[in-house]
Amino acid sequence: EKTRKGITEKVDTILKSYQKIDEELFEELEEVLITADMGVNTTMRIIEDLKDKVKEKKIKEVFEIRELLKEELKEILTDVESDNKINIEPSPAIILVVGVNGVGKTTTIGKLAYRLKKEGKKVLIAAGDTFRAAAIDQLQEWANRAGVEIIAHKEGSDPAAVIFDGIQAAKARKADVLICDTAGRLHNKKNLMNELNKIFRIVEREFSEATREVLLVVDATTGQNAIMQAKVFKEACDITGIVLTKLDGTAKGGVVLAVQSELNVPVKLVGVGERIEDLQDFDPQNFVEAIFAE
Amino acid sequence: MIFESLAEKLQKTLGKLKGKGKLSEKDVNNAMREVKLALLEADVNFKVVKKFINNVKERAVGHEVMESLTPGQQVIKIVNEELTKLMGETQSKIEFASSPPTIIMLCGLQGAGKTTTSGKLAGLFKKNGKTPLLVACDIYRPAAIKQLQVVGSSIGIPVFSMGDKQNPVNIAKAAIEYGKKNGNDVIIIDTAGRLHIDEDLMNELENIKDEVKPHEILLVVDAMTGQDAVTVAETFDNRLGIDGVILTKLDGDARGGAALSIRAVTQKPIKFVCMGEKLEQIEPFHPDRMASRILGMGDVLSLIEKA
Ligand SMILES: Nc1nc2c(ncn2[C@@H]2O[C@H](COP(=O)(O)OP(=O)(O)OP(=O)(O)O)[C@@H](O)[C@H]2O)c(=O)[nH]1
Ligand SMILES: Nc1nc2c(ncn2[C@@H]2O[C@H](COP(=O)(O)OP(=O)(O)OP(=O)(O)O)[C@@H](O)[C@H]2O)c(=O)[nH]1
Ligand SMILES: [Mg+2]
Ligand SMILES: [Mg+2]
Repeated sequence: EKTRKGITEKVDTILKSYQKIDEELFEELEEVLITADMGVNTTMRIIEDLKDKVKEKKIKEVFEIRELLKEELKEILTDVESDNKINIEPSPAIILVVGVNGVGKTTTIGKLAYRLKKEGKKVLIAAGDTFRAAAIDQLQEWANRAGVEIIAHKEGSDPAAVIFDGIQAAKARKADVLICDTAGRLHNKKNLMNELNKIFRIVEREFSEATREVLLVVDATTGQNAIMQAKVFKEACDITGIVLTKLDGTAKGGVVLAVQSELNVPVKLVGVGERIEDLQDFDPQNFVEAIFAE
Repeated sequence: MIFESLAEKLQKTLGKLKGKGKLSEKDVNNAMREVKLALLEADVNFKVVKKFINNVKERAVGHEVMESLTPGQQVIKIVNEELTKLMGETQSKIEFASSPPTIIMLCGLQGAGKTTTSGKLAGLFKKNGKTPLLVACDIYRPAAIKQLQVVGSSIGIPVFSMGDKQNPVNIAKAAIEYGKKNGNDVIIIDTAGRLHIDEDLMNELENIKDEVKPHEILLVVDAMTGQDAVTVAETFDNRLGIDGVILTKLDGDARGGAALSIRAVTQKPIKFVCMGEKLEQIEPFHPDRMASRILGMGDVLSLIEKA
């Protein structure tokens, strides 16, 4: 079974080996954060804050550091304007799913469609990846599993036209939620980002009455590049939330902390496997605990 | 750009020394702090960074500063040489079997690029006059077989599949039989993406290995991978004994520190890099290019080369 063992073990081991709070202790904590992919800048900022708090609160005992650090991380994760809930009320709603190649967009759409349908929503999905080999067949299979309808054109056709048709169909069939798949694209590809922007503008123009959610899917194994991904995708299509996938592995996904503190985009969902049920709401508490797990 | 900030910072730390004398321990320590941060920002694994920095320090302290270089450039030169050395000095190729078919198995985490890369390799071999066969052993991912078939047909390479109801071990075994009969001299097995901690699926790979004895087991790794790359590569290597690594998605702007980390920890060569979604976008690996990419200082290096 793929479970995380020994929540907070690592930090506890470190803390137990120290008699007093000193520079070396902070350095070891720094390591924990770096190995979780939080990046140098975010890590430094957190450690500085931690030091300030220790001084301010006149903390002497080593064990108190742990809670303090966790509080600090949780603050970053919850310190956003919008909350961590996915925003699809009132109906109709449209969810645009974007991200770099292979992160888990199509799979997440399958899981999400299944979940929303179970909640009693009428869900429609649009096969906006007309580029990758068999991407449409893959989404079709997920639509079958979730038991929802799909709007698709042929491979190689214009993705913007698919989204346009999806919107018309969602209106005609009175769908509660339209979920749109898009092809994976690296954020440094100008033409592909322009294509995405065009799709985004069609959504704004053709479905202005809809509640809009634009989800950037980030693979938890991704390192510091995720920050650039989020920045550029935000410019192209105004992302409103992040889905962190593949958290069932050993990667911690700590880079989302950096993303959240720099861009103010909340993490909303996490993927924890390849099955249709393996989608969860983001829980800052669990996430922070897992960062300290061995 | 990180390149500027690193180069600038090094100039600042070391600039007072003008191209004479030796690099002192204190100078080098200050410079190494900047290098350490740059490597971490490039996703080089934490432990690898520590070891690397110690090696460079040893070499750099007491080093003569060349007339033509500033001390900052001198340090960059040493760092780059050490990085390149660590990355494997020459590019590696695929070892073809003396009696065909050569069997190649691709494995790796979900979404790394295995299926696409299978097609790319087949296309490359075809160009060199071989007659490859692609084998669809991913029975789990929706439309994975179809994906490989679309890839295969777009470059005129046959794809062997038995649907998704057969065990991948049996599929691989049957594919080898089929390939031998049909005169395929290279057989490339596409496997399902899997987590290194997934016992059942890692067992499956071991079983395929035992059954068909691949000549090359290649781990496909996404260049954007962070600190966890090392754990993943170590586990795949321990379980299967990988022969090399293929790095994908290098057409992005990730620095690719994962490459260095994996190389340092497994000692296995990086054989190819992939630079796009199109099937011809695969290249042999160049250690020197990767080293300067990780530190983001291609321009600085060409200046140093000229000096
Ligand atoms: N372990 C695990 N695997 C996942 C998760 N989400 C997706 N995957 C797998 O990741 C791989 C890629 O998923 P896709 O949904 O095809 O990713 P994508 O972003 O649509 O890919 P492109 O369209 O090619 O850019 C597949 O093998 C999925 O089964 C997850 O939460 N955990
Ligand atoms: N930009 C870019 N995209 C790539 C490259 N290699 C693969 N991809 C894309 O990455 C995504 C995943 O590729 P796949 O070949 O399906 O990956 P996989 O490892 O077979 O995935 P699973 O079978 O689900 O584990 C697809 O969108 C590919 O087009 C590359 O070198 N550059
Ligand atoms: Mg997809
Ligand atoms: Mg595949």
